[in-house]
Amino acid sequence: MGAGAFVCGEETALLTSVEGKRGEPRPRPPFPAEKGLWNVPTFVNNVETLANIPVIFTEGAEEFSKVGTAGSKGTKVFAMAGKVNNIGLVEVPMGTTLREMIYDIGGGIPEGKAFKAAQTGGPSGGCLPESALDTEIDFDTLVAAGSMMGSGGLIVLDETSCMVDISKFYLEFTQDESCGKCPPCRIGTKRMLEILDKITLGEGTMEDIDNLETLAKTISSSALCALGQTAPNPILATLKFFRDEYEAHIVDKTCPAHVCKKLLRYEIDATKCKGCTLCARNCPVGAIVGTVKEPHKIDAAKCIKCGACMDNCKFGAIFKA
Amino acid sequence: MAMVNVIIDGVSVQAEAGSTVLEAAQKAGINIPTLCYLKDINQIGACRVCLVEIKGAKALQPSCVYPVSEGLEVYTNTAKVREARKGVVELLLSNHPSDCLNCVRNGSCELQDLAHQMGIRKNRFIGEQSTFPVDERSVAIVRDPNKCVYCRRCEAVCSKVQGVSILGGIGRGFNSTVGPAFGHALDDINCTLCGQCVNVCPVGALAEKDDTDKVWGALADDSKHVVVQFSPAVRVAISEEFGLPYGTISTGKLVAALRRMGFNKVFDTNWSADLTIMEEGNELLDRINNGGTLPMITSCSPGWVKYCENHYPEQLGHLSTAKSPQAMFGAMVKTYYPQTDGVDAASIYSVSIMPCTAKKYEAARPELADSGYRDVDAVLTVRELARMIKQAGIDFVNLPDEECDAPMGLGTGAATIFGTTGGVMEAALRTVYEVVTGETLPKLELEEVRGTMGEIKEATIDLNGTQVKVAVANTLARAKEIMEKVKAGECDYTFIEIMACPNGCVGGGGTPIVSSLQRRLLNEDYRALRTKGLYNDDANLPLRKSHENPFIQKVYADFLGEPLGHKSHELLHTHYTPRKKYNVGCNE
Ligand code: SF4
Ligand code: SF4
Ligand code: SF4
Ligand code: SF4
Ligand code: SF4
Repeated sequence: MGAGAFVCGEETALLTSVEGKRGEPRPRPPFPAEKGLWNVPTFVNNVETLANIPVIFTEGAEEFSKVGTAGSKGTKVFAMAGKVNNIGLVEVPMGTTLREMIYDIGGGIPEGKAFKAAQTGGPSGGCLPESALDTEIDFDTLVAAGSMMGSGGLIVLDETSCMVDISKFYLEFTQDESCGKCPPCRIGTKRMLEILDKITLGEGTMEDIDNLETLAKTISSSALCALGQTAPNPILATLKFFRDEYEAHIVDKTCPAHVCKKLLRYEIDATKCKGCTLCARNCPVGAIVGTVKEPHKIDAAKCIKCGACMDNCKFGAIFKA
Repeated sequence: MAMVNVIIDGVSVQAEAGSTVLEAAQKAGINIPTLCYLKDINQIGACRVCLVEIKGAKALQPSCVYPVSEGLEVYTNTAKVREARKGVVELLLSNHPSDCLNCVRNGSCELQDLAHQMGIRKNRFIGEQSTFPVDERSVAIVRDPNKCVYCRRCEAVCSKVQGVSILGGIGRGFNSTVGPAFGHALDDINCTLCGQCVNVCPVGALAEKDDTDKVWGALADDSKHVVVQFSPAVRVAISEEFGLPYGTISTGKLVAALRRMGFNKVFDTNWSADLTIMEEGNELLDRINNGGTLPMITSCSPGWVKYCENHYPEQLGHLSTAKSPQAMFGAMVKTYYPQTDGVDAASIYSVSIMPCTAKKYEAARPELADSGYRDVDAVLTVRELARMIKQAGIDFVNLPDEECDAPMGLGTGAATIFGTTGGVMEAALRTVYEVVTGETLPKLELEEVRGTMGEIKEATIDLNGTQVKVAVANTLARAKEIMEKVKAGECDYTFIEIMACPNGCVGGGGTPIVSSLQRRLLNEDYRALRTKGLYNDDANLPLRKSHENPFIQKVYADFLGEPLGHKSHELLHTHYTPRKKYNVGCNE
């Protein structure tokens, strides 16, 4: 019944699912250690937790504690992905900085693009800005910085990522994966997603930011399980560190990273355009006008923002604005 | 019972160990709002309306499932609590059609009450609303998932109390809703139409099919002679709709109200319940004496009959062929009654008032047309009747007591107790005992079969030296237990009474809805209170045995001949239809 549902990573949902029921969390208390699978005491641990135990047994607690920070001992496996040269699983001592991970282990950002944020903790986590690159990461420092360790996901975002769009991506995920049991998560995440949608379409108002914050507060304080309680995190973190991007979408009706299609304009730089007509011939809707050997122009009203012109221009004359 | 000390909003109270914060708060004089909670049936902490602050706990906690412990400190009314609850209700409303003025639950809706209690004047959250198809296919129940708040109370009652498990969560995220698997219509599957789900729904997502317009139409039609019967449980259940205490018997006022509404004749299903006892009692004796299929099982509860048809189609021979009192009445009112009154049978429009949604389904069964017409033309639940009485502006509480019309208006105490679990058994035995032994029963009250919700009762009766073992069950989960034994041939009962609903018809799916809060505040189960009312009615009636009903004696003398006779077979007995669980898709 779990059917691969994300929420079945929540221990009580996992147990409910194993019992053959719809994968849904149940309230704690009673905790699984008192009443778990089929109402008998049950321990639920992550594979990673269990994997640490042999080391402690064979090497001793003291040896184990030598690695890591004051609050978080041992190592941690991160799943590094996104805009980074070396993607994959990395096991590092607790206390390693983001910079070490992204630049030393990850080999930096492809095409020499600028770092924008590191998203940690999966859909329940948050995005950390450049200023956090030198934080020694462990359970506590990540929370203090506005994110979390969570699943150990580490997604690197560069200057081409739109932070509103990233939030939307995570909210789409939580909304899809919400088991639906409690209204804050079932309906609340939908409402947040709708607002983000509105903002990325250029229809947002400054009031929407207040509404996002109210919703986030309601949901995190009232949802039944961690999935719902942490669902607002991607929004809260991006609002905290990248509020200017939200405001650019709302006030200036632009997407600074040129990701949100509705806010995007393709333009032709007249000084670079040779009038080769290639773009006009490739535009599927005939939005480009101009005569041979004269600079061309894009009719914004017709343009469907497919990017075919830009891909085809040999002179780099087309740009996103 | 071990007690623990807890502090609720600064007030110290003692609470039973193992009880919840919600229950402890009630002792401290605080009724924490709830939505998905339904005492004894649904305690899942899902709706987040009952959140409270617990000292030492990080997050707000659902009081309906949070266990008390020694020294627990609870705050039920902090700013944080109020804001969270209000936010949750606003979110629910943001995906709810604001259709109160057109809604069957306007005025009795738990969501409406919450919105009012939270002081919601403007919803901060707006957005897309669900657009699920409405299931109006069955003759008994309408399911509108767009009004569903996903409290799962229906799911719990259908699976835990009825053991039918028709309803369950489907979809994820915003698309989550409750319904039958694969989106099937109730009509296409093994739903018994018992209406228990309707009784527990806090909102208008589940409701009876409204037939009030049909009946108003008939009453306004001068060419129709409109007669009405009302079943045993109706005389007690109707009282609550007009603010009278649970268990009040309102037979006289009910008759007066029906007359004022314009019914040409007001009869009583108690009359045909007595007739049922005559037929069913004699059928039992016939089966015992002539090697018929035993145990014989009662067939007056259509929810139970449909359950048996869907789930135990090979066991239908155990069902008494005697029709239910509603159906017997229907057949007689268009055959016998015209003979006594000179009315044209074709002009008769027969209405029945039932505590039951499944009775709508029963009345629509194709075979129930033995009179040559539809035996019953329209069935109203108690809730629908109450709405009509209110529409008519009738001051129910202050009506004078009136009596039913002859010849189908007189019933005995034995008939009255048909409305509660054990009642049909007790009524049948009162008659069977006297027929077999020729002696007067020393004690009419058969306490051994008087049960409570979800109970199986057993008794052994000495009939002239023959020990007859009987059993009584209410709720379909209990029926299932009995049927598994019958199926396995491990059952030594001779006669079994089964009613589909908790406590029998007093807990029927067409009775007044008792909100979650009312259920919490009552010291006793409301169905038990209704049952008490019926037993009081029985005790106060001059005649308490079906065979002593003079109008029953008269109908046999003038019209039917004898029980199980030719005419009885034609009009008062029926057959059942083996059914698959699903009309659609695959059957296991
Ligand atoms: S928070 Fe979301 S996933 Fe968790 S129980 Fe509520 S609806 Fe289900
Ligand atoms: S279910 Fe309740 S809140 Fe919804 S429309 Fe009906 S009365 Fe109004
Ligand atoms: S009518 Fe009865 S059997 Fe059908 S869904 Fe409702 S509770 Fe279940
Ligand atoms: S249909 Fe009614 S009882 Fe069932 S989950 Fe929806 S609101 Fe609750
Ligand atoms: S027990 Fe009564 S109310 Fe329930 S289905 Fe049977 S007849 Fe109807």
